[in-house]
Amino acid sequence: MPAKASRAAFGEALIELGAANERIVTVDADLSKSTMTAKFAKTYPARAFNVGIAESGMIGVAAGLALAGRVPFACSFACFVVGRFETIRVSVAYTNAPVKLVGTHVGVAIGEDGYTQMGLEDMACIRSLPNIPIIQPADESETKQAVAFAVEHDGPLYLRLTRQNLEQVHDSAYRFRFGRADVLRAGSDVTILATGGTVWNSLEAAKKLADGGINAEVINVATVKPLDEDALLLSAGKTGRVVTVEDHSIHGGLGGAVAELLGEVMPTPVKRLGVNGFGESGDAKGLYIKHGLDADGIARSVAKFLNR
Amino acid sequence: MANPDIAKLEATAREGRVQIIRMLTHAGSGHPGGSLSVIDILTVLYFNRMKYDARNPTWEDRDRFVLSKGHCVPAQYFCMAKAGYFPESLLLTLRKLGSPLQGHPDRMALPGIEAATGSLGQGLSVSIGMALGLKLAGKSARVYCVVGDGESQEGQIWESLMSGPKLGAPDHHLDNLCVVLDYNGIQLDNFVKKILDLEPVVEKIKSFGWPVVDIYGHDIAQIDKALDQAEAIKGAPTFIVAHTVKGKGVSFMENDPEWHGKAPKPNEAVEAIREIVGEPVPAWVEPIIAELLSLEKK
Repeated sequence: MPAKASRAAFGEALIELGAANERIVTVDADLSKSTMTAKFAKTYPARAFNVGIAESGMIGVAAGLALAGRVPFACSFACFVVGRFETIRVSVAYTNAPVKLVGTHVGVAIGEDGYTQMGLEDMACIRSLPNIPIIQPADESETKQAVAFAVEHDGPLYLRLTRQNLEQVHDSAYRFRFGRADVLRAGSDVTILATGGTVWNSLEAAKKLADGGINAEVINVATVKPLDEDALLLSAGKTGRVVTVEDHSIHGGLGGAVAELLGEVMPTPVKRLGVNGFGESGDAKGLYIKHGLDADGIARSVAKFLNR
Repeated sequence: MANPDIAKLEATAREGRVQIIRMLTHAGSGHPGGSLSVIDILTVLYFNRMKYDARNPTWEDRDRFVLSKGHCVPAQYFCMAKAGYFPESLLLTLRKLGSPLQGHPDRMALPGIEAATGSLGQGLSVSIGMALGLKLAGKSARVYCVVGDGESQEGQIWESLMSGPKLGAPDHHLDNLCVVLDYNGIQLDNFVKKILDLEPVVEKIKSFGWPVVDIYGHDIAQIDKALDQAEAIKGAPTFIVAHTVKGKGVSFMENDPEWHGKAPKPNEAVEAIREIVGEPVPAWVEPIIAELLSLEKK
C-alpha cells in the first residue's frame, strides 16, 4: 500500500461505514477539507453539519447528537478540538456522551503552519479525563480499523490523526485490537514504544541500531489510553530499557503514561523522545531532525541511552 | 396546553420555593437566588408541558430538558422529586457525599438529568445537538433549555445563538427546540448591567434569526402561553426571554446579589418559608419549619 495520511484513511473509512450505518454523522468547524470529512459531507449531505469556526459549539452539538442516539464524529485540528477542553470535560466526558472526537494535524509534522496549528498537548489533556480512550493509528489499515471500532464503541473516544502520509507498517493480516499494543519487531536490548507518525521512523531506527549491534524491540502503541500494560511490562521486563517516541510533548503523552506505569509497577529507566517546548514553522523533515524524531535521531538517542 | 390549572401550578411553584429553601439550608451551600427565579418556569415545564415517564427516564420519545444554568439545579431536583423520579426524602441529601443530587447536574449520577451542566455556556450547544439528533431520528419529542443571563456572557452561548436557527437546514429546522432565558438581572459578582450588560437582548437574539417571545417569568399563564407559541412556531427554534426576579418570593433575597450563592441559615430559612406560604402556615409546612428549627439548635 502506498503511504497515506491517517486523516485521509479516516475520511475514506467514514464514507464506507456511513453507507451501512445511518447513525453516523459528522460535525465540523470549517476544516472539513483538512480533516477529510468533506467527501463524507458530499456523499451524505443530510448527515454532515458544519457549525462554522466555533469548536466549543461543535463539541457541544456533537454531545447532544450523541445523547439523541447518533454517532457523531466531531472533527478539527487536534489543537482546536482539545483546546476546547472544558467543553470536552463537561459535555462529553462527565456527561458520558459517546462523541467520537477527531483531532487531525498532530505534532510538528504539520510543518510550515507553525506552533498555533500543532496538536502537541492534546494527549496530555485527554489522558486526564477518566473515560475517554485515545487511539493513534500508525498507518492506513490500522486507521480504517480504528474508525470502525470507534463507531461501535459505546462511549466517548479520541482519535489522533496525522496530516502527513504514513508508510504502511502492518501487513494485510493485521487486526487492530482496542487496548492492545503490537510488537512490530522483536528485540532484547531495548524497548522502543512508538505511536502514530513516529512508528515507521522507529522501525527504521531499529534497523540502524541493528547495524551497530543493538537489538531493539519496536512496539506500536495505537491505544495510548488505556495502555496495554501487560504487553509493555512484558517487553520492559525483558529488555530493561524503554524509549518512548511520539510527535507530541514529552509531558503527559505516551512517554508520560509509560513512565507512570513503569514507575509504579516495575521501575525501569525510560527515555522520552518527543517535543520539549513549543513547535515552530519549518519543513516537516527539518523539524523531525531538530526534535530527534527522524530515524537517525531516534537511533542516536537510543544508543546514547544504552551508553553504546 | 389548553386551560392550565393556574392555581394548582402556582401552588406547586410555592411548594418548590419551600423545598428549595429547605434543601439549600440542609446543604449549607448553594444558589437560592437563581433557583427561586427559575422555579415558575420549571414548574410549568415539568407539570404542564413536557412528556416524560419518571419511571422510565430513558424513554426514547421523552421531551428533553437541559438546565444550562446548572447551579440552579435545586429547582429541578424539586420538580423531579415531585414528578416521581426519586423520593422527596432524597432532596435533603443535596450536595452531600454519595448523593446523586450533585451540586450541579450529573447525568451519570441521576437518571432524568440529560446532560452535565454548570460549566456555563455549554447546555445550549448540547440542546441544539439533541434537537438535531431527534429530528434526524424522526422523533417528535421536543427539547427545552434554560439559560441564565450571566451565563449568556459566555462565548459558547453566542456560537449557539448563531447556529441554532441555521443548523440542520434545509432538511431539518430545529423548531423542536425552545430556549428560555431566566433574565433575573443578577450574577455572582453584581448586577448583570454592572458587569457586562446584555441589552438590547431581545433585538440581539432576534437579529440572529430566532423568533423571540418576551414575557414576565413569574406569571404561570404567560409562561404557558409562551410555550404554546413556541410549539406553534415552525421553521426555527424559539427563544423566550423571561423577565424574572432573583430570589423571587423571599423579600430579603429579592434582587440582592448577596443571595446568588449563599445558603440561608435555619432562622432565615424559616422566615423565608413563612413569607412564601403566608398565614396560616399550611399543615404540610409545619414539620418542615420544626425540622429547620431543630437544625438551628444543632
